[in-house]
Formats: sequence, C-alpha cells, structure tokens
Amino acid sequence: MTTVTIEVDGKSLPAQAGEMLICVTDRNDIYIPRFCYHEKLSIAANCRMCLVEVENAPKPMPACATPVMDGMKVFTRSKYAQTAQQGTMEFLLINHPLDCPVCDQGGECPLQDQAMDYGSDDSRFLEKKRSLPSHDIGPLIATEMTRCIHCTRCVRFGEEVAGVVELGAPGRGEHMQIGTFLNRSIDSEVSGNMIDLCPVGALTSKPYRFAARSWELQNHPGISPHDCLGTNINIQTLRDQVERVLPIDNPEINQCWLADRDRYSYEAVNSEQRLTQPMIKDGRKWREVDWETAINHATAGITTVLNSGSGNDIGKGIGGLAAASSTLEEFYLLQKLIRNMGSDNVDHRLQQCDFRDDNIAPRFPASEIQIQHYNNLAAVLLVGSNIRKEQPLLALRLRDGCNKKGTKISAINPVDFDFNFDTVESDVAAGGQMVRSLATQAAHVAQIKSAELPFDIKKIADSNPGFEQTANNLVAAGENGLIIIGALAQQHTDASLLKAISQWICDTTGCKLAVLGCANSAAGWIAQCVPGDNGMNAGQMLGQNGSAGLRCFILLGTEPELDSIDGKSALATLNKAEFVVQISAFKSASVMKYADVLLPMAAFTESAGTYINCEGRIQNAKVAVTPKGEARPGWKILRVMGNFLELNGFEQITIDDVTEEINLTDITPSCRLVELQFHPTLSSGEKSTPDLMESDSLIRVVDMPMYRAEVTLRHARALQQTADNPPPAAGLNPATASRLQLNDGNRVKVQNQSGSATLELRTNDRLAENCVYVPAGFMETTDLGRHVRVTVKKIE
Amino acid sequence: MLDKVLLSDASLQEIDNELDKYPKDRRQSALLAALRIAQEEHNWLSDELIEYVAEVIGVPPVRAFEVATFYSMYDLKPVGRHKINVCTNISCMLRGCDQIVNYLQNKLGIGFGETTADGKFTLKEVECLAACAGAPMMQIGRDYYENLSPEKIDTILQALP
Repeated sequence: MTTVTIEVDGKSLPAQAGEMLICVTDRNDIYIPRFCYHEKLSIAANCRMCLVEVENAPKPMPACATPVMDGMKVFTRSKYAQTAQQGTMEFLLINHPLDCPVCDQGGECPLQDQAMDYGSDDSRFLEKKRSLPSHDIGPLIATEMTRCIHCTRCVRFGEEVAGVVELGAPGRGEHMQIGTFLNRSIDSEVSGNMIDLCPVGALTSKPYRFAARSWELQNHPGISPHDCLGTNINIQTLRDQVERVLPIDNPEINQCWLADRDRYSYEAVNSEQRLTQPMIKDGRKWREVDWETAINHATAGITTVLNSGSGNDIGKGIGGLAAASSTLEEFYLLQKLIRNMGSDNVDHRLQQCDFRDDNIAPRFPASEIQIQHYNNLAAVLLVGSNIRKEQPLLALRLRDGCNKKGTKISAINPVDFDFNFDTVESDVAAGGQMVRSLATQAAHVAQIKSAELPFDIKKIADSNPGFEQTANNLVAAGENGLIIIGALAQQHTDASLLKAISQWICDTTGCKLAVLGCANSAAGWIAQCVPGDNGMNAGQMLGQNGSAGLRCFILLGTEPELDSIDGKSALATLNKAEFVVQISAFKSASVMKYADVLLPMAAFTESAGTYINCEGRIQNAKVAVTPKGEARPGWKILRVMGNFLELNGFEQITIDDVTEEINLTDITPSCRLVELQFHPTLSSGEKSTPDLMESDSLIRVVDMPMYRAEVTLRHARALQQTADNPPPAAGLNPATASRLQLNDGNRVKVQNQSGSATLELRTNDRLAENCVYVPAGFMETTDLGRHVRVTVKKIE
Repeated sequence: MLDKVLLSDASLQEIDNELDKYPKDRRQSALLAALRIAQEEHNWLSDELIEYVAEVIGVPPVRAFEVATFYSMYDLKPVGRHKINVCTNISCMLRGCDQIVNYLQNKLGIGFGETTADGKFTLKEVECLAACAGAPMMQIGRDYYENLSPEKIDTILQALP
C-alpha cells in the first residue's frame, strides 16, 4: 500500500491510498458527523451527514465513501461544508418526531447531539410529518419506527455481522420503512447490538424501556460470566439497581459487540426469585433468620456429618459443587473449605459425564489460539459444538474469517446446526457415530501425512471415507488450523476419547486445539475446584441416585437438578443427603425441598471477583451494586463458614487476600492432555455410547439450551421469552418420525431406564436419524437422567 | 424446506431458466424475474407466495419482500382478471387523459387501486409507459391501447372475456 498525504482543515495527514476519508479523520481525532457509517459495517453512504468540502470537487463529498488521493485538500468545517451538513440535518429531521423528552435514546443520541452541533436552529418544513406503526419484534428490542432515519445500520448488521437477515427496508421513497417480514420476531442471538448501532431511538432495549435516563446512570466496568470469553461489559446502575448492560469495546475479546445473553442476563439480578434473607429449615418449615443463626445452623449440620465419620473417613461424606460461572475466589474457597474438612470431593463440571482423563488433564480447558485470531484461521473443525449458541461472539469471528479470509469450516455434530457461517463439510452424527466420524478423520490425516494411526483410533475408524476435504484442509492449514471441542463433545459419554483423537490430529497436523469450557470453568480448574486423586467428581457425587453415599453437600450457585446432565440422579442424591447447604442468589421450589440452609449470595453484578477466559486472560470484576437484601458475596460466605467450622486458612479480610493465595503464575493456554491416552469406547456394562445401528431403540441427544445452562440465565425474564428458549420438545428426524409413525405436533412419551418425559414432538431435518433430541435444563425432562437409549411412543 | 408447492412446474422451470442467466453465487439477481413469473401465475403476490419465491431463490424472505414492495408493478393485493393501467403522465395528460380516467371510473364504478365487484377489472394509475405517440393510452394485461376515446374504451372492454 502506498502512503499518501492529504490535508484536512489545514493539517497535513498521512493516509493509505484508497482508504476512505472518514477513516483518516477518525484516526486523527477530527470528528466528522455521521449516522450510517460504522467502522464494522459496509459503507452505505445513504445518510449524507458526513458531507465535507473537497478542493476542486464539484459538490460536497461524503467522507465515508470518498477515497483519499495524494494532495487532496479537505475542509470539514468550512462554510460550504457546514451548509451541506445543515441541509442534510434539516432533511433528516423532516419526519423525525423530535420526541426526545420521552425517548430512551435522549441524552445518548447521535441525532440529538449532531442536531445540536451540526444542524441549524430552524426548519423550513411546515408540512405534516409521516408517522409509522411500530411492531412487536420480540422480547428484547422495542421499536419506535417513526424515529427511524433509514441509515440501515441494523439491516447491514444482520446481513454482514450476525449472518441472519431479519430486518430489511421494504417500500420505496417516503414509504420505505425498516421492519421484519410480516413483523416476525428478531431471533438472532446477538440482536441487542442493533440497539447500540441505531443512531436514533428507533430500536431501544425493551427491558430497559423507560427505566432511567442515560445521564443518571453510573457506569461500572465488569466481566460477563456466561461464557469462556470474559466479555467486557459496562454495568449501568441507577440508585443501586442495575438498569442496563452495554459492551465495553475490547478489540482483543468482544470488539464492540455483546451477545444477548451477556446483555440481558442482568434482569435476573433484579428478579423476584432472588434469595435475599438467610433461611433455615425447621422440620419441614422454612423460616428467615439472621446470618449468625443461619451459619451456625449450617456448620452444626456439617459438623454432625463430620463427627459421625471416623479415622480416615472423616469428611469423606461431604461434597462441594460450584456453578461454572462462579468466580476464581469462590472456586478457591469452596475447594479449600471442602479439603480442609478432609474431603476431596469438589467439582464444578456438572454438565460433564466422562471424567476418565482427569488424571492426565491439562491445567485448564483453553484455546491455544487467542480470541482475536479466530478471524484469521485457514481451517476449523468443530467437534460437538454449536458455537453460535455456546460462544456467540466467537461464531461472529469465525463468520468474519469465513467471509473475508475463506476459513474452511467443517463440523461433526449430532445436529446439523444452522450456523451463521458456511461449512465446507458437516457430518451429522450422534452418540458413538460422532466418535467414529472423528476417528475416520484421524485416519485420513494419517494417510495424508503417512503417519502411523494409533490402534485405538484405527479400530473405531470407519472404512467409509465420509468427509473428503476436512482432513486435507487441516493438514494444509497446519498451525493455522484449529479443532474446537464444544460443549456437546464435553458432555459426550466418550468426551475423553473425542479429546484424545482431536489431540492426535492436532499433534500430527500441527493444528491448534481449543477446548471451550463453559462459563468461568478455566478459573475452576486453576483454583483446583476439581477432585483430587482420592475425590469424587461431579458425576460420581451425583450419580447412581445417591448410592455414592455422600451425606452432606455444599452447593455454590448451582441447582444440580437443572445444571447437571443427569438431573434425575442429582435430585435423588440431594433428596437423600442428610444435610444440604445451598449458597445461591436464587431460591426455587426444588431446592427448598432438599436443602436445609439457604444462604443468600450476591449476584455477578454485586460481587468482586476474578474471571479467567479461554486464553488464560485474568480479568477482575468490581462491585457494581450492593447485594440485594441480606445477600453477601460468595467468597465472604465461604470464608465465614470456614471460621465457624474453626478451619485454618480462612483469615482473609479482602478479596485480594484470597486472590493472592491462588497460584496464577504460568497460565499458558494449553489444552493438551499430559499424555495421550485413548479411553476405550463401547466398554462393558451399559455401553458408554451405544451404536446407532440397532433400530428398535433411539439415542437421546442431550443439549443444554443457551438460556437454561445456569441459574442466573434461568431467571432472566426477557431471555426466557426468546425464540432461542423454546419450551422443551422431543426433536426427531422426519424420516425417523415417519418410521415410528409419528407426526410433528404429536404428544409423545420419551422413556428410558431412568424415567420418562411427556413432550410435544418436533420434526427437525437437521437432526441425525435414529436420534431423539431432548434438552436438559428443564424440570420436564429431568426424569430422563443420563441413559442415552430411549424409546418414543405416541400418547393417544 | 419447501412445505408447500405454490408454483406450477412450468413456472419453476422458468425461474430456473432465469437463475441460469446469473453466476451461481448471485441467485438473488433472479428475484425480480421470479416474482414476475409468480405474479403471472397467481395474478398477485400474497405474503405466502413472496416467501415461497424467496425460498426457491434461496434468499431470506425479507429480501424478496423488499423487492416486491419497491416496484409498483407487483400487486400485493388481489386484482381483477384484467388490470387496466392508465397513463396520466405528461403526454397523456396533454392529450386528455383526465377525460379517459373519468370515463373509466364512472363506467366501472371504481377509483384507482380498486377492483370491480365482479372481480373483472382493476384500475391503476401509472406513469409513462413509453407510448406517447399514441396518447392517451392504457395497458390491459400485456397489450397497449392507444389514441383512446370513450367509444373506443367501450369496444375494448366489451371484447374482454
């Protein structure tokens, strides 16, 4: 690229030949007004607000669409430019209602600000303004289309960034209006960004509607706890209440975007279901008590269980489980509390069921490629990952790479997910087929690289070649290739095998590996909130309907009956346990059945804490609002419990004292197993993953829907109403459905060894054959437990 | 997945022919023609039909809707068997189209944009149809009728089935 020199307002500036004028002025802090131009979107040049004077040009030029040329002389504030800008502004305001006093955008509105700065104080327009009806386009975005100035940022965002074209601009001339087809809802998982992009008050946040004026809000930088990216958020509060969450631009993580999950989860913090007072169960009745009584009750219960053990068994009957969205300090203190009581049973991986590689596990699940490089990959293989719903912002980066750099993406998934990027090849394989499909790719790689294929992979690989290009793409990409192990692979009954095979492919091809753990799971590992050699993991603690014999549980921010993949067994275990302490921000009927003490915990906006993302990036969140009612930060509750139990090492005064105790040195993101071991699949007993070939029974595909995966999200009102959160249904491939003589909309009973669920049938041609998709995270489906072999019968 | 088939094989074949005119990754280019073909078969474009055409072409429905609402020659409401487009642009105006319009409106008992009760005629006002030499003019279906007078209109309308 050649460098040229241009002159703007008398200042000489260097620029790249061909780049747009507005990029140069932005870089040099010379502000040119604009509405339609946005650095992350294509150039539309339809608002005409950025008109400037260019020497020798016959008319005012739009800075966003005028490439710079050597020696170009530009005047942004000359009389000529000002007249042009004022004319544009007068035109834009012709139909704008000027209802700023009742508009949520008022005070943070580019139209309002620029009308003050660049507009005239008068209008020649005396005719009637046009007004438009506003339509309900879903629970997240409020519309007031009369205010729209047709910049089409929202339309371009959908098409270019989100990859779903939902908004368009039907009509012509004065009749043009932004809207969805037949006023359907906007269902994108990143739709809230359109609100940020809208330069007027046409699209505003529905949950935030009329809640506050922007100038009254206080800003608190924070970290979103919901996925492994550590998205930077701005928590805005009014009178100690969270009113809104906005993105903080961080080019290395979230850029200027936010997933709807991060944007709207704050509603849970203000929910009616918040636990605000310590409570204890007297016999069968709950009553509210003060903190001291509650902690005394909790420690007395724990001590009773402790004292009934003897010798080496002391403490072995106690188990601790933390939600994956807990902070580093909470993870750390929970495991410290459990371990100081002589138990090693502590875990945060409630969604996992295969733990066979724990002894060779890396330090934490990580991405070997930095988030900012996800746009620059040559080839990607997604293994059991619906990345669009699991890490929405990473999917945006993959989409960007796919469109601009031609990233070749393949997927092996139980469902042919509707990604917002193109896939080169996509294998729809559930259960054991998924392992086989991946092993087959490994065999391809071995062939291309003339490497020796380990026997353990060879014996499961299929002779049927399957994909034709994926292995080639990965080999060709080398260290610019990436294999992503998603949530569906980590929840798989053969997760350890999927990880090992992926690692072998990476070792052989030079590709990078990413195990994208849920929420703050990296911190969970680093704080050692995972069982030691003698401890039980989450699966063992909650498995087999309580036959592991744990008598006491300390739960931190988790409702295992919904958070665990095997909800039924979890519920049975907890109901059986003698004493359960629940430390949570929320209360629920099922928890109140099995818990004995409820300790109100601060929500993520109310507590300081450390988050570690998949790159090993350590970020600290500060307190944005005071905890509701009597709630206290999780780390403080755990520390005080340690004091009351008279354990050593609970003398911390501030959260920094806790953080300092944790070894955070040398956090290199590596997710490779210490030693490559291929755990046998199809083992004896109940086959870990049955094959799909048997026609009489079906395989259940379990998934944790994006807005059900943690307790906070389950209480976020607007998110619960979105299209991404449909009521639980049984998904079936149309071919399988017709073989079973079932139709879409039938009421069916899904049954397995554990129990049954009565659901509505939804045919879905994206699903693998001979599978039933039944989501976890709902009480309606809890009964099905973890057994994968199911039958489906119609209810007459 | 196309649940319902709303177009005949002939129409679908015609759309395929249009698609062949453009590069494989530019299917959207055939939208204009596809909507016209769909309208010719059904006489007007219902929301359902627009969505169907979008699926055939492989674009989001709102994209087809944008095109359909942009051009005035697409009918988004049911029209009569014969659509009468009367030009009221300058040449026709100078040659007395006002009289023609009045006569048509009185004769049919409908205004612009309306359809007769028997569903036979729809009257539309259009801009220049490039037949100024024969002004005043109107278009019915695909045919132009020029140098109009009330008597001539009577004959023309009578001859239509």
